[in-house]
Amino acid sequence: MIRFLIRRLLLTIPVLIGVATLVFSLIHLVPGDPVQAMLGESASPQDVAQLRTKLGLDRPLYEQYVTFAAGVVRGDLGVSLRTNQPVTTVIFERMPATMELAVSAMVVAIVFAIPLGIIAAVRKDTRIDHAATTLALVGISMPTFWLGPLLAIIFSVWLGWFPVSGRGTLANLVLPAITLGAPLAAILARMTRASVLEELRELYVLAARARGVSEARAVLAHAFRNSLIPIVTVIGLQFGAVLTGAVITETIFAWPGVGRLLVQSISARDYPAVQGCILLIALTYVSMNLFIDVLYGFLDPRIRYE
Amino acid sequence: MLRVGALIVGVALLAALVGPAITPFDPAHQQLALRLAAPSLAHPFGLDELGRDILARVLAGARISFVVGLTVVIVSSVVGTLLGAIAGYFGGRVDDVISRVIDTLMAFPGLLLAIALVAVLGPSLVNVLVALTIIGWVGYARLVRGQVLRAREFEYVQAARALGAGTARILWKHVIPTAIPAVVVQATLGMAGAIIGEASLSFLGLGVQPPTPSWGTMLNGGRAHILDAPHLTLFPGLAIALLVLGLNFLGDGLRDRIDPRSHTNR
Repeated sequence: MIRFLIRRLLLTIPVLIGVATLVFSLIHLVPGDPVQAMLGESASPQDVAQLRTKLGLDRPLYEQYVTFAAGVVRGDLGVSLRTNQPVTTVIFERMPATMELAVSAMVVAIVFAIPLGIIAAVRKDTRIDHAATTLALVGISMPTFWLGPLLAIIFSVWLGWFPVSGRGTLANLVLPAITLGAPLAAILARMTRASVLEELRELYVLAARARGVSEARAVLAHAFRNSLIPIVTVIGLQFGAVLTGAVITETIFAWPGVGRLLVQSISARDYPAVQGCILLIALTYVSMNLFIDVLYGFLDPRIRYE
Repeated sequence: MLRVGALIVGVALLAALVGPAITPFDPAHQQLALRLAAPSLAHPFGLDELGRDILARVLAGARISFVVGLTVVIVSSVVGTLLGAIAGYFGGRVDDVISRVIDTLMAFPGLLLAIALVAVLGPSLVNVLVALTIIGWVGYARLVRGQVLRAREFEYVQAARALGAGTARILWKHVIPTAIPAVVVQATLGMAGAIIGEASLSFLGLGVQPPTPSWGTMLNGGRAHILDAPHLTLFPGLAIALLVLGLNFLGDGLRDRIDPRSHTNR
């Protein structure tokens, strides 16, 4: 297991270097002069020169890269031009809100999708199954930026049950969590159905039934338990989609998280903050994938010896 | 499922092609006195914040969605198929380089990289196409690389090699065709992804810029009027959801045809 862990960690290093390099290059992709773009056309040449020196953009490219990489390792991502605070401070202030939203969305998805997927598998080819499968496909096709406003129209404007925007109470969390969780729920329900169906065909389920085990036990304790590995993997892999979805969901519901910070920083051309947000989200995603891979190797020992 | 999907996509395509010619209103024509007017007989989808006919704009927006979807899918699938085939067939250092690039791009959650790219390149339709293609080709490359790794060992491929066929001929005639069905499925689902991608970027104000009627831009405009004019949000969103649902039905249906195993699981 230790060898598997080390090998998996080593494999992550080139990806991390690639991610950091790409995020570093972003500021150099700005057409024209990035400093001028940040300060606007009316900025004085002195201000432009000052900011260029402050950001280190007047130094040779390799020096900029080394400084950037060293900063990333130390957790120093520069200073936000909009707030004049260190980028890491600004991001970590917003992180709890994003995590609260992302975890709630995943809980919503799991609570709805797994029972739905199991029922659809057990009742395969019945009306319940068709309804569940269609619902899941509709869920996948429903863009977050439409579902969010739609839920707001129905539950905030017409029914008045939940506030339209903001953070603080549980009522504030409901609509953003459902909006962000719905696409994941749809994918998860499909995956659960397919995975449980596959296990239900296995001989050990037949054997359990032959032993007189109740239907519920055969499905839940035998088939479902063994179908958990792909389900857990999908939950982990979809975490990235949830983080990206948070950018849109936070914008819709004025949720003060990292996603909204990213959009605000883009509008303000605050490139250090943009780089910081992108890097942090990508790193969270890579870490989550690593964790899932390791967990996978832990749950299914065959994977370690590949 | 395949038929329902084809029907939805067909109707949407027809609407995009002939719709703008049939509607009596110009999508850019403003009737400020009637701004935010609710749906009526004359304007079935109502009017927007500048008094423009929403039906005309939804139809014009369909064109943008199809242009984005088709362009992104065609360019990404060609680039991805070629690079994936080269990586899988040659292996070694070429494969290492291509695979590391794929790994790096895959380390970003899909749309995030597109947001980052458009944020620095500037908001425009062309930059949206560039950004979605950069994130799009990776999926095809990975898929084709896997298929080619397998196909490389097929006996008929080895026979072609033994007969002295050149690498380009082997790749083009014998190896790439084995990957085409999977690429077609991926392209159908990828088109749905590209359409959602463009709409997401436009919704965030990073994509197609007003007054060009993109569905995402229209939804962005509707946000300020959710309380007083929900029809601004309702119709463009419904259009995206329907088209994407159609493409997903089509992709799923095609996959069932091609991969019988997925069919038994349905």
